[in-house]
Amino acid sequence: MLLARGEVLGHKKYGEHYHSLTIVAPEIGEKIEPGQFVHVRCGEGSAHILRRPFSVYRVHKRGGWASTIEIVFDIRGAGTEYLSRLRPHMIVDLVGPLGRGFALPKGRAHCLLVGGGIGAAPLFFLADDLRNEGHRVDVILGARSNRMLLNPIEVRRLASVARVVTEDGSTGEQGRVTDVLEETIDRCDTEIIYTCGPHPMLEAVTKIGVDHKLPVQVAVEELMACGYGVCMTCVIPLKVKKPSKDRGRRRRAGGNANAPKEDESDEEVTYARSCTEGPVFNGASVVWNGTAEPVAPDQAELSPGGLAVAHGSLEDSADEHPPPGN
Amino acid sequence: MADLSIKLAGHELRTPVLVASGTFGAGREGSLFVPLNQLGGIIVKSTTLTPWKGKPTPRMCETPSGMLNAIGIQNKGIDHFISTDLPWLLKKDAAVFASIAGNTVDEYVKIADKLRTGGRGITGVEINISCPNLEDRNNMFSHSTESTAAVVAAVRKALPKATLFPKLSPNVTSITEIAGAAIEAGADGLSLINTLFGMAIDVEHRRPKLAGVTGGLSGPAIRPVAVRAVWEIHNEWPHIPIIGQGGISNAEDALEFILAGASAIAVGTANFVNPRASLDVTKGISEYMDSNHVASVTELVGAVKTEG
Repeated sequence: MLLARGEVLGHKKYGEHYHSLTIVAPEIGEKIEPGQFVHVRCGEGSAHILRRPFSVYRVHKRGGWASTIEIVFDIRGAGTEYLSRLRPHMIVDLVGPLGRGFALPKGRAHCLLVGGGIGAAPLFFLADDLRNEGHRVDVILGARSNRMLLNPIEVRRLASVARVVTEDGSTGEQGRVTDVLEETIDRCDTEIIYTCGPHPMLEAVTKIGVDHKLPVQVAVEELMACGYGVCMTCVIPLKVKKPSKDRGRRRRAGGNANAPKEDESDEEVTYARSCTEGPVFNGASVVWNGTAEPVAPDQAELSPGGLAVAHGSLEDSADEHPPPGN
Repeated sequence: MADLSIKLAGHELRTPVLVASGTFGAGREGSLFVPLNQLGGIIVKSTTLTPWKGKPTPRMCETPSGMLNAIGIQNKGIDHFISTDLPWLLKKDAAVFASIAGNTVDEYVKIADKLRTGGRGITGVEINISCPNLEDRNNMFSHSTESTAAVVAAVRKALPKATLFPKLSPNVTSITEIAGAAIEAGADGLSLINTLFGMAIDVEHRRPKLAGVTGGLSGPAIRPVAVRAVWEIHNEWPHIPIIGQGGISNAEDALEFILAGASAIAVGTANFVNPRASLDVTKGISEYMDSNHVASVTELVGAVKTEG
């Protein structure tokens, strides 16, 4: 990972809602993998000091420019407002690539990508890589309404089966991604699920995936300050195996009345940093109900994965809660 | 080039620029950006007697010119620090300041005992007393002269040879009084300041923005408070070395602290924003010294002119 100064190559919009910035950042573009993120300085001065994390929507390695990364966002607060005003040739201060991205299947596999709102952003990059390696890619793209769907036309182009759902039925089928998930799994002979979006959606997708005995990789969105593992703010409760020597020691100390109850199992719950140990986790390992805390709308842009409404449902969309101060 | 080396409570440090506890972990992640032997020292994330899991999320929110956090000192415990982090840091040629925290005086003593036998190679020990004291209705140790003195005296006794820097809280009526209690109890120096107590509310959901409800405010917003604390305490005890910290992001910020009386400074929240902030600060101090013909950084300590 490194600190880089990238030059804006282009600023465009996807639909009326989402902004896209393409940034020339050869060192990051060469290395970054789907699901990893970049941490972007959003302004000068010290009014808003923290960087904003963005998973990468697409990487363009060929062409006249050495290597570019593309991020997409909607305006959620001061940071994204600043980014929306950037124009070609302006400089962006980046740290990246950060985090652990999606793990690609070893053999040829049928992959189902499930994205909600802006959370779909890293799945486009993932789809490109999966297709390049010969995997089958199917996609369920969901949002509250038409304008919150991220690039459905492109989804239809790159997926073998593309399901587009909106909660208000303004585009595609009416409903939530989970309403069509089981049917899609059966129809596509899905072998692995990749998903990114609001936490309740990730939880629901994980549950259905696990019921079908499928591996589910989730990209979570937690508020983060540093992005490289030192501040301990972006943690998520995770079930992990206890180290074996620990288990032995605890067994010997079996008579200790002070030992917490959970020590009796081989698993324990720890807070894992989503910036370095994630943002991609095994969905089955996440303790989901521990993460349902609502996040203040003006803080939502401090989470990666796009800037989906961290922890909120799809109803909590930006148009209902305009960020204060803008 | 200017001589950046300093003497801090008898220890030779390469530069006056440290990284603050809780903002650089135990050095591993930060070392991807900063060679640890180019720092004056690293004040490691606080360690406790047993591993602490920390608080639920959200643990952080951004505030004007700063951030509010309630992490709950998530750490793997003193044994892990001694067996794993410390040897690694020493191998990287870092000047290591341990940071210890607890909920009872006895916990501080037990950690100190472990450091006495396992802490060889440590430069100093910062005592994080911004923790609830379970034996005093959960009041923070740092909020009373009695609790501050009790912890510092107990750690002093357990670690007679170590260099101790209690880290004081600004959330008190008179930080000078607390400083006096800490010095009398055996502190070699002082770390100034810890975060300011704060709270932020999400009006949309009518809930606190932090799961921990209240939290510690850090970043540029608190810098004037910290500079004032350093200046006050340096005036009262000019011979007590101070590690100044609180919202330092660049060399000018750092120089404010040094001129106010800090012998060394620590970069904190700025590490989150710019992982190389500590090196940028170091470079900036050096440039300032060159252009102002200052031969040693020691000349600047407490050199603010408040009269005339």
